Amino acid sequence: MNPHKDASMPVEYATANPPWQIVPSGDRCLIIEFAATADLGANRKARAAAAKISAAALPGVTDVVPALTTVGVHYRPCAVPLAATKQIPFEALASLMEGVLHQVEPSSCAASSVIEIPVCYGGEYGPDLEDVAAACGLTPAQVIELHSEAAIDVMMLGFAPGHPYVGRFDERLAPPRRATPRTAVAAGSIGLANRQTVIYPMVLPGGWNLIGRTPLALFDPDRESPCLLAAGDRVRFVPITVAQFASIQAGAAGAQ
Amino acid sequence: MNIEVIKPGALSTFQDLGRSGYQHLGVPANGAMDERAHRLANALVGNAAARATLEVTLMGPSLLFHCAAVIAVTGADLDPTVAGAPIAMNRAVTVAAGAVLSFGKRRSGLRAYLAVRGGFALTEVMGSCSTFVRGGYGGAHGKPLRKGDLIGLREAATSAHRGRDLPELAMPPEILATMGDPVRIVQGREWDYFTPEAKRTLVGETFRVGAQSDRMGYRLEGTPLKLAAPREMPSEAVGFGTIQVPADGQPILLMADRQTTGGYPKIAHVCSVDLPRLAQTIPGEFVSFALVDLAQAQRLLLLQERAFAAMENATCRN
Repeated sequence: MNPHKDASMPVEYATANPPWQIVPSGDRCLIIEFAATADLGANRKARAAAAKISAAALPGVTDVVPALTTVGVHYRPCAVPLAATKQIPFEALASLMEGVLHQVEPSSCAASSVIEIPVCYGGEYGPDLEDVAAACGLTPAQVIELHSEAAIDVMMLGFAPGHPYVGRFDERLAPPRRATPRTAVAAGSIGLANRQTVIYPMVLPGGWNLIGRTPLALFDPDRESPCLLAAGDRVRFVPITVAQFASIQAGAAGAQ
Repeated sequence: MNIEVIKPGALSTFQDLGRSGYQHLGVPANGAMDERAHRLANALVGNAAARATLEVTLMGPSLLFHCAAVIAVTGADLDPTVAGAPIAMNRAVTVAAGAVLSFGKRRSGLRAYLAVRGGFALTEVMGSCSTFVRGGYGGAHGKPLRKGDLIGLREAATSAHRGRDLPELAMPPEILATMGDPVRIVQGREWDYFTPEAKRTLVGETFRVGAQSDRMGYRLEGTPLKLAAPREMPSEAVGFGTIQVPADGQPILLMADRQTTGGYPKIAHVCSVDLPRLAQTIPGEFVSFALVDLAQAQRLLLLQERAFAAMENATCRN
């Protein structure tokens, strides 16, 4: 038995060069990779594939996790039916997966409604707005305009419950992350770096540039839908004033 | 029909088989660190594997039973006693109403599991009773046990039940291994991005479990593992047992409360059947690793599953 052979070997396909690779990631997870670099096209393929795989409800699959360019599939090996005695669960699931992937329409996750996210930019809520503007060679007003002008994709959720990665923004909005991460970033904070935005659903450590804050609750475990956003949603950031922020927050508190 | 927390212990949290189906929303899986001990405890008292058990860490709690109950304690030997008298580990034990279950000095392992026949009365959050302390949800109000907490039981024991003897003996020895044996791993997706020295170090040297190790992950300290060339890695799904390596070369082993995604190169993954041994390893102890292939890892996991299925079919009634 050659221990160096197995883990990095992709499953072989009947068709030549399909636009993905299925590889194991430990003994209870596999990864479907669509591209080695993080571009929006690969991300859309990953999200479309994740939706299809979830809907297929394959035996043993417990979680389907779309990421920037990949889909992670967690599974219970004992629940995957084996087609042959020598087959291992990874191989069996990968070939089931291949059948599903061949049916994925690349554009099948294009049309979704736009969720508006009110954001109070700058000031106390966005302490890094001025620095970001300087780093991008823009004024703070231009940063706000570029950040809020168009609907944009929720590329994936990760890092914490309900924590979205949103992108990609105008190429001028590409400041690097902060050299020293903060140990505690307030819930609702809007981070910006490298043409992407994150929204902190709870108090967390974080290294992104904070340009504003939303009064919306991104995550509430007691809500019927605990997470406000999911991968594949489209959002638009809507600038609001400090007074509007306070009134939305008070309204949410009053509703509880 | 409940249990009162007299002393909470160092970190006592309710855990089950984990929070499945929400990882795409960034919601961690959580669940028992030592899944084998968790399942064994449940099987011993006739519970389904998915029932929550109390995961007790290092210094156990003192729990006053206001009703009679049948319990089992598995995993680490933290010197459990009922009404002051030592009780056997790994078997069902009857506790009389008014008796206190306590834990003493650690003899082996780190995490003990307490199952109560019928299960604890907890509310599911996103399909699981597992406590996620950092998220503040699950288990008992999203927190570790606190002094004065009252934990309901789903049913009272009506009569003494016969204890089942050590069904763990039904586990094939190649699954259990012994605590000092190398922890079996399979290659990670980025294995080939590491230098030949890094690969040799991982399987040839020992690593110390760092002080900053918890339910989220273990910091492993040893000779730094270096990439052959720097690489940009888009974040992607990670799992229980993933060994990722940040720029400083000190591996991080992801455990039950891990994040759902990670962007560090993954040099390897611990085989699922060996995760319980790591869950019982305390900071300061050393671990070593041995490479196996995926077929072997999955074969061991299927063997373990069959052993559990037999055990659970024999005992489960809920």
